[in-house]
Amino acid sequence: MQLLRRFGPLGLLVILALAPFQLGDAIAIVRVLDLIAIYCLLALGLNVVTGFAGLLVLGYAAFYAVGAYTYAFFASAQFNIHWPFLLLLLLGGVLAAFFGLLLGIPVLRLRGDYLAIVTLGFGEIIRLFLNNLSSVTNGPQGISLIDTPDLFGYKLSTPTHIYYLLLALLALSVIFLRRLEVSRVGRAWAAIREDEGAARAMGVDTTRLKLMAFAIGASTAGLAGVVFAALQGFVSPESFTFWESILVLSMVVVGGIGSIPGVIVGAIALIGIPELLRQYSDYRLLAFGLLMILMMILRPGGIWPSRMVSAEMRAGHGNDSVEEAAPEEPVAPTAKGGN
Amino acid sequence: MDTILQQLINGVTVGSMYALIALGYTMVYGVLLLLNFAHGDLFMVGSYVAIAVLAFAGIAGGLGAAAIAGVILSLFLVSAFFVSGLGVAIEKVAYKPLRNSSRLAPMLSALGVSLVLENAAMLVAGRAPRVFPSEFFPAQIYTLFGATFSNHQVLILVVSAGLMAGLYYLVNHTILGLQIRAVAENRNTASLMGINIDRTISLVFIIGPALGAAAGVMFSMYYGVAFFTMGFTAGIKAFTAAVLGGIGNIPGAMVGGILLGLLETFGAGLLPIISGGLLTPEYKDIFAFLVLILVLIFRPMGLLGERIPMESMTWKRSF
Repeated sequence: MQLLRRFGPLGLLVILALAPFQLGDAIAIVRVLDLIAIYCLLALGLNVVTGFAGLLVLGYAAFYAVGAYTYAFFASAQFNIHWPFLLLLLLGGVLAAFFGLLLGIPVLRLRGDYLAIVTLGFGEIIRLFLNNLSSVTNGPQGISLIDTPDLFGYKLSTPTHIYYLLLALLALSVIFLRRLEVSRVGRAWAAIREDEGAARAMGVDTTRLKLMAFAIGASTAGLAGVVFAALQGFVSPESFTFWESILVLSMVVVGGIGSIPGVIVGAIALIGIPELLRQYSDYRLLAFGLLMILMMILRPGGIWPSRMVSAEMRAGHGNDSVEEAAPEEPVAPTAKGGN
Repeated sequence: MDTILQQLINGVTVGSMYALIALGYTMVYGVLLLLNFAHGDLFMVGSYVAIAVLAFAGIAGGLGAAAIAGVILSLFLVSAFFVSGLGVAIEKVAYKPLRNSSRLAPMLSALGVSLVLENAAMLVAGRAPRVFPSEFFPAQIYTLFGATFSNHQVLILVVSAGLMAGLYYLVNHTILGLQIRAVAENRNTASLMGINIDRTISLVFIIGPALGAAAGVMFSMYYGVAFFTMGFTAGIKAFTAAVLGGIGNIPGAMVGGILLGLLETFGAGLLPIISGGLLTPEYKDIFAFLVLILVLIFRPMGLLGERIPMESMTWKRSF
């Protein structure tokens, strides 16, 4: 058992690295693996904001779009700029983080439900701009002829190349996020998630930490977006709709909110299974909806739950210290005890 | 740009429909503290049911006034009946088991329900928008002081006003309304006072969706189409309207809805002028989102204030 713990992740990485060869190296299969890997990144990012910090974000695709369009603007025929891939990877992440802060700052004071709706609005606003600012973004037609990425002169021209890039990114992200989860930051996020009022009372700088969650979550999506644009060679607003955000959210919820292995399982399941059941693709979102409902009722923690989060969900604390003190009437302070 | 009066009429018409949907949102929020994401989709189902009824009954044109009224009435009734039933079923299946869990779980469940409804509608009725057969109720244009309006608009205004008045009376002057208000204020105490919580919540899920269905019927009649994503946009706008007026506040939802309709109509007209041609009226959907964000940042309790004393949308309480 201890052996599994120590070498499990490394072994898994090795298996994953050999996957393209084992599965027959058919381009189609590797493309699917690429897609799964991209969604794993997205799910990991959303997991930071929604899982770790407890901030329900419904417009996550906006950050994904920022990353993708960054690469599209600076490495394509659109403006005839051709910057190197690594630089744009970095830029995509940074810009996405910036947008994350842009969203995070105004919503700091908002509680769960309202936060969710505002993020939804944010996501839609971004998409509307992408769709309508045709002079810059080419509108619904999108931007094509995007450069193939190259890494210090080595061109990543096949999906297999991208796969290894993604594996590297995923490995780094998992390590980084896991370290983050068990650090003070992670614990502070858990405190905010469980009871923001109490967390503040305990000296947690909720502002800074929430913004950090937004920035990190958004930049992860930005990275995924850059790779997505590079892989596809083409971007359009169609790939960044509200449904896309919901898809990623489903992966997080079904896989396991707040659980790193959980969301990865979620991503693999929710991309892999529909790929296998191609002929039923019309029913995909319907099935996702049913799955979400069932999951919430039967197993709110997800397929591979994070122990802390499932315990929180069962206890019914939510994110509301005010609710706990319900019986008193705060609006009429003189009701009892005199004044 | 059309005359002010024209914009006013159009704005109030659209706003009334938003108001009806917003009422459903606000009532459910009041009793369950749940943002029913699926509510907009119930509005959509209402539209589709109306279209189905018309297709099924083979209603054609050339009917007398009384017959037209009869058809419209039955559209409302059938639609409301079906959608209310659906609403109650959804509540029992997807929300009731989660009544005592975290705030996140019911919301995610609501998202799931929304997905199911939208995709079920798509699968049943097809991806393409469905045309609302309005031959039986031909549009007649009237003019008043240089502005034009149609009999459809008159219908919408009259029906909306009637429904809202009816709801106001129900909530404020009947026992049922008292029960709803009590459960909204404090569920546990209401139950101690002998109110049947489950029944009251079911009642809310009958009234809210019924209003949404009525709005759906009128929307399709007015615009001539129904499409399976209409619930999404309408839902966001109705939510904005509810927040604008003060979530949990019934008169607030009415005011918010009309106000949003006016803002949107005037805004769409003004957008090209303000932005010097950069922003076209297609951006008018952004209006609702911007209004929402601004209200939540600067006046989260809405114009008429929240009726729920325990609740706060923000972490800073004012006392």
